Amino acid sequence: MSKEPIRAGEIVVFNVDGREIPIVHRVIKVHEHEDGEVDVLTKGDNNFGDDRLLYAQGQMWLQRHHIMGRAVGFLPYVGWVTIIMTEQPIIKYILIGALGLLVITSKE
Amino acid sequence: MHSFGFRANALLTFSLTILALMCAIASISDNLNSPSPTATVQILNVNRFQKKSTGDDEVGFTLDISADLQSLFTWNTKQVFVFLAAEYSTPKNSLNQVSLWDRIIPAREDAKFSTRIKNKYRFIDQGSNLRGRDFNMTLHWHVMPKTGKMFADKLVLPGYRLPESYR
Repeated sequence: MSKEPIRAGEIVVFNVDGREIPIVHRVIKVHEHEDGEVDVLTKGDNNFGDDRLLYAQGQMWLQRHHIMGRAVGFLPYVGWVTIIMTEQPIIKYILIGALGLLVITSKE
Repeated sequence: MHSFGFRANALLTFSLTILALMCAIASISDNLNSPSPTATVQILNVNRFQKKSTGDDEVGFTLDISADLQSLFTWNTKQVFVFLAAEYSTPKNSLNQVSLWDRIIPAREDAKFSTRIKNKYRFIDQGSNLRGRDFNMTLHWHVMPKTGKMFADKLVLPGYRLPESYR
């Protein structure tokens, strides 16, 4: 992710301690200290409340090290590939099997 | 070279490439749009200005937000997310951005609006630095495309000031 500072409105990808799936939500509050350290609060656009319920016990803010990246665009339906492969692992095996078969049977 | 597998593979790769190209063209067409949004924000009343028991200042406003964001919409726009943030600096924090209100605008017709509301999210400082504080009201908008690059911009409305004392 770029070194640009985190600003309100940006959609960030972050991990919460204890949760395996990262969350992609918008930054609604930023408090940047003199030394560059930043406290950030996020919220899903269509959610009623902010993400404090999703953060770790007692955690009120996210810091820079929690944030893994930013969203810059949108590709429709691409996420479904990951979702289907996670929910029906057999599809993952079929796909890898088919690719492997193609590689083996290739005459080049 | 003529097996089912190879033909299926070629078809899949070709269709994915075409889809990617269409997505890129749709996204680039958004750059042809030159938006001209307008907005005004008025603080109608400061309802509440207190130091909380945690030691942090909190302000509650009634605001009048009027904007015309219709020019942001293109055929490739899914929705526009708009929010109003109070932006200020204090001796403790070099930058504070606190979102006060936001809305999802699903279509062009809904993009011209005027609303009178209390701040949706609480305006709480880290510390007790808000008395007499000058701040900007910045209206941010994020245009979310049906496909492709998102783009964001803002309108800075400077010149607001919080009261000198609690009420």
